[in-house]
Amino acid sequence: MSTSILPVVSARRKRTDKAGRTMLGAATIVALIPLVLVLWYVIKRGISAISWHFISTDPTGNFLGDPGGIKSAFLGTIEMVLVATLISVPLGVGVALYLTEYGKNSAFARAVRYFVDVMTGVPSIVFGLFIYIVLILSGFGGSGYAGWKGSVALALLMLPIITRASEVVLLLVPDSLREAALALGAPRWRVVFRVVLPTALSGLITGILLAVARAAGETAPLLFTAAVVNGTSFNLNDKMNSLPVQIFTDVGQAQDRLVARAWGAALTLVLLVLVLTLIARLVARRSRVA
Amino acid sequence: MESATVSARGDRPILGRSPLSRLPDQILKWGLTAIAALILFLIGFFFVRLYIEAHPAFARFGVFGFTFDNNWDVAKNVYGALPLVVGTLVTSAVALLIGVPVAIAAALYVTELCPRGLKGPLTILLDLLAAVPSVVYGLWGVLVLVPRLKPIEQWFTDTFSFVPFIGGAHVAGPNYFIGGLILAIMILPIVSAITREVMATVPPDHKEAALALGATRWEMIRMAILPYSRAGITGAAMLGLGRAIGETIAVTLVVGNAPNIGKHLFDQGYTLAAVIANEFGEAASNPVHRAALIAAGLVLFVLTLVVNAIARFFVIRGQRGRRDIGNVAVTG
Repeated sequence: MSTSILPVVSARRKRTDKAGRTMLGAATIVALIPLVLVLWYVIKRGISAISWHFISTDPTGNFLGDPGGIKSAFLGTIEMVLVATLISVPLGVGVALYLTEYGKNSAFARAVRYFVDVMTGVPSIVFGLFIYIVLILSGFGGSGYAGWKGSVALALLMLPIITRASEVVLLLVPDSLREAALALGAPRWRVVFRVVLPTALSGLITGILLAVARAAGETAPLLFTAAVVNGTSFNLNDKMNSLPVQIFTDVGQAQDRLVARAWGAALTLVLLVLVLTLIARLVARRSRVA
Repeated sequence: MESATVSARGDRPILGRSPLSRLPDQILKWGLTAIAALILFLIGFFFVRLYIEAHPAFARFGVFGFTFDNNWDVAKNVYGALPLVVGTLVTSAVALLIGVPVAIAAALYVTELCPRGLKGPLTILLDLLAAVPSVVYGLWGVLVLVPRLKPIEQWFTDTFSFVPFIGGAHVAGPNYFIGGLILAIMILPIVSAITREVMATVPPDHKEAALALGATRWEMIRMAILPYSRAGITGAAMLGLGRAIGETIAVTLVVGNAPNIGKHLFDQGYTLAAVIANEFGEAASNPVHRAALIAAGLVLFVLTLVVNAIARFFVIRGQRGRRDIGNVAVTG
């Protein structure tokens, strides 16, 4: 019984198999090359631009000499994304709660689900156009560009992301938990707030953080809603600067000193987004459901 | 059982709640329903307002004339969006041609071939590609990729000078190809993530049956996995296409922004999204220009809508009933 009774795989088939597997492995490496290159260049060129002066001064807007730093852009991004989160989280989680707790598979719920999907596909620049039309062209709440209008545009972008992510997590909360609470006499709203939401909390936070990371990096919805400006402002009715818009306008100028600032701002932005993504993953790992 | 229907004072069941204590329940239910309805209202409002604001452009040039005239000239105040539509389609096609095969191969490697310990890290790295902001890809594209690739592109077009559209070009720095390449990188993570999800639904029986019949790993992939997940992969590619069509900032920085139809792949061009990002700031004072840009946004919106609808159809068919997958599209 020393010889195998199975037919030997022919050399040609072995070669094809080997070639196929090598090709797939190579493609995976190719897919990761851009990530490595982008991060490498952003770190290499960005790190020399970053200093205390860079972080603590506003852009000067001078045509020559010191271009200033990114203080207004950094604070503007934080502020606008924070406000956008405050708007989109209650709405996004609310829609998801409706879908899992009440709507389920009704025709209305299916329609809502479909249109949430439609919203995820809308290009971010179109959200910018929409906010421009509704809030700026019409002169609603002050006629010009304003930080809060940028926040609303970002919130529209985050809304479907949060809803889709939340719905998946809420569906994972076992029905037995809901039934147990209801059987103990808890009214529906207490079941939602004391059982369903706490159980799903870490999953919800993961979804929200990923949406925040996405919004922090968006340029297009802010270009003509919050505009670009040099000074720092904490008044949401003022124009507000942001990191992505700052990078975009600096690159457009094609001057070395501005391009250097763009690299520095890009490193700051990438760090911000990566930290958010990382936290999201860590929270997801501690999740109580799934 | 009976006690539930016995009345305390003859008016309500003993275990029933008073109308007042049921109030929060009603508020929650109808509040959440209202929020959900808000989404429908928002989309409708969205579409109507965009159409109203775009109407001056459509009235002046006709819906068909606006979309398919090859004449975008701000100085003459004439707007025919064909160069932009062509630019959007060319860059997206390049993105799909480069991005989708790589994304599928990476998904296959991660799900079927890679060592167990590598699976997690590889998945995270592939997903990280999606975390890099669009403007950073654009910055890298215009400052690093454009100058570095120019000699290679020139060599390529000279070598294949007999191929129409590709050969014999004088390579412009920023061009369609670079735009497509950047888009390929940006759609890779989403296409790969959905493809992975679809491949995870291939029944192990099919794979094991193929292997038991003596198929090599490669043959198993070709005969069991690919046929089964074809619909899902098509959907994933379409979702990638939707992303590519709507992507703005990165493309604006590397496509060249010339409002005419390039004769070669390596010529400068423009896309629907890029024209809005670039020209909207100066268009505020010119109502026709502004309407034309909003109309461009509407065309873009409708284009992504159609593409995404087709994509969902395929992804859902590929999923065969499982419906929690759109989420990957979002987080990816």
